[in-house]
Amino acid sequence: MTGQTLIHLQDVSKRFVKGKDTITIFDHLGLSIPAGDFVAVMGPSGSGKTTLLNLLGGIDQPTEGSITFDGGRVDTLTEGQLARWRAHNVGFIFQFYNLMPTLSAARNVELPLLLTSFGRAERKRRVEAALSLVGLAERADHYPREMSGGQQQRVAIARALISDPKLLLCDEPTGDLDRTTADEILAMLRLLNQEMGKTIVMVTHDPEAAKYARRTLHLDKGRFTERELVA
Amino acid sequence: MSDLYLLWRNLFRRKLRTFLMMLAIFVAFVIYGVLGSIHYAFEHGVDSSADNRLVVVNKITFIQPLPYAYVGKIAAIKGVKNVTFANWFGGYYQDARNQIGTFAVDPESYLRIYRDDLRIDPAQREAFIHDRTSMVVGEAIATKYGWKVGDRIPINSNIFTNKADGSHTWQLTVAGIAYAARKSFNTSFIIFQYENFNESKTFGKDTIGWITLETDSAAVNETVAATIDELFANSTAETNTQSEKAFGKAFLAQLGNIALIITLVVGAAFATILMIVGNTMVMAVRERTKEIAVLKTLGFPSWRIWRQVLGESVLLSLLGGVPGLLVAGLLVTVLSKAASGAIPGLALTLPVAGLGLTFMLLLGVITGFLPAWNALRLNIVTALGRL
Ligand SMILES: Nc1ncnc2c1ncn2[C@@H]1O[C@H](COP(=O)(O)OP(=O)(O)OP(=O)(O)O)[C@@H](O)[C@H]1O
Ligand SMILES: [Mg+2]
Repeated sequence: MTGQTLIHLQDVSKRFVKGKDTITIFDHLGLSIPAGDFVAVMGPSGSGKTTLLNLLGGIDQPTEGSITFDGGRVDTLTEGQLARWRAHNVGFIFQFYNLMPTLSAARNVELPLLLTSFGRAERKRRVEAALSLVGLAERADHYPREMSGGQQQRVAIARALISDPKLLLCDEPTGDLDRTTADEILAMLRLLNQEMGKTIVMVTHDPEAAKYARRTLHLDKGRFTERELVA
Repeated sequence: MSDLYLLWRNLFRRKLRTFLMMLAIFVAFVIYGVLGSIHYAFEHGVDSSADNRLVVVNKITFIQPLPYAYVGKIAAIKGVKNVTFANWFGGYYQDARNQIGTFAVDPESYLRIYRDDLRIDPAQREAFIHDRTSMVVGEAIATKYGWKVGDRIPINSNIFTNKADGSHTWQLTVAGIAYAARKSFNTSFIIFQYENFNESKTFGKDTIGWITLETDSAAVNETVAATIDELFANSTAETNTQSEKAFGKAFLAQLGNIALIITLVVGAAFATILMIVGNTMVMAVRERTKEIAVLKTLGFPSWRIWRQVLGESVLLSLLGGVPGLLVAGLLVTVLSKAASGAIPGLALTLPVAGLGLTFMLLLGVITGFLPAWNALRLNIVTALGRL
């Protein structure tokens, strides 16, 4: 299922300056993720997993090195260009769902479509399709506070899918869920990868969760310690 | 769904808080609308006085009297076209609380000077001139008390005593009713014959309150005023001659500088809501730090979020302010009726409403500026890290 390179990190360094100290998170890191891959990223707390996702998703920039996506440089884009790039190419799924509490499920899912030129009818159609896909069609008018964690995460997945991005980035998507619900969510992600060809990078602490991925990368002290490439 | 829907949902996320802020803004704009209208009516009323009218008052203060003989002397000065005079009577009807601006005047010359301001039926005017115990009542007073031509009304004075019976009462017949020829002219007055008054009062005989004169043109105002004040210099009653406009303004200044008080009150009201709403908006947006970070992550450009926050505070300001102005308009109408025209031209005028709207927009922009700026500058990585 995996094809040509979707994301390529070359010699990426990331440093934070905190007062007098400079913290180096990554030092000349390289990584290639083919289109259609499903990568689990594991590693101890503070190893830079979230920082890696931020770089892949274009919400943070490397201190050095280059990041290419679909053959185009991402690290050289301006803040405004990056915002547009994210809207088109990346769906984000967070540990704590991060839905808008003031909006119903349907409107939460519709949110990214405000950045497109789709008309009312097309937006409605897409929102309904996305909610059906995650099995929440009948919950369209419910607010986040009226839904369970698993349901909220499914709304978040629908929101991440709505503008049909190639890449899904998930930061501990099941970290707040029980085993059964976590398995449902993970199965859904695997389905999105296998059936819809979404490239997924998922950070997780849970070895069970990692089993849903095609391969697992172990990150420690800013380096990948072991690579399990699935044939 | 549109940006406006998002904005609306955010604004009413905490209904009580939003309602309280709207209430504060509402009250401020009620205060502004009412006081602003009163201020405007005063300024405007003064401005509508004729340009070539001068008022001569005693130099000490305008409540000190002038000798009646000055009228003739001033009439003889070059550049003076018409002269009349008036004496403050301190009039009221039945109850001392029912104060009426009552003046003892020379009917013929008084109505001539105010010919462009007052409209009166010619037959009624003749009746007033010829009946020594008659009066002309301004429309506002006639309406308030329901007086008709021919009614005989006891008018009391809180200053003078009637020689005839030692009382403070003068029986006066309504000879006519005077209407304002232009809207801003105050018709809350009574005028009656000075001759009658002069002969029946127990003190202050042959003195008058002030003299009003008309010059040939506004261009000679200064020369005429200087000539008059020179003429009476070093006499027992020195004069101060000013244009009627300046006099009106000085009169208002005597009333306690209304403009300043109004500006202070309105200013205090605005300063208060500026702080309350400004502070609350900063907190309200800070609570949403994470949501704003998520919007940015989804690809919402910073300027669009900036616009959202600013739009929210402007909308809040309008939602509180517009009803405030409407209620002020209502109050001003009621007030105008209750004061029976004592403040001529009292209404929520377009300039006052327009300035109010400008204030609302300003309030919205000022209170929204800091939170909008914070939202614009918000860094996704740090904000999302702050769980
Ligand atoms: N904006 C920042 N400024 C300074 N240091 C930062 C910043 N963001 C992250 N770090 C540091 O970088 C390191 C990696 O952080 P990161 O959040 O990527 O770790 P993580 O692997 O996701 O950890 P966890 O499993 O706890 O989520 C940490 O030591 C963190 O303190
Ligand atoms: Mg993390």
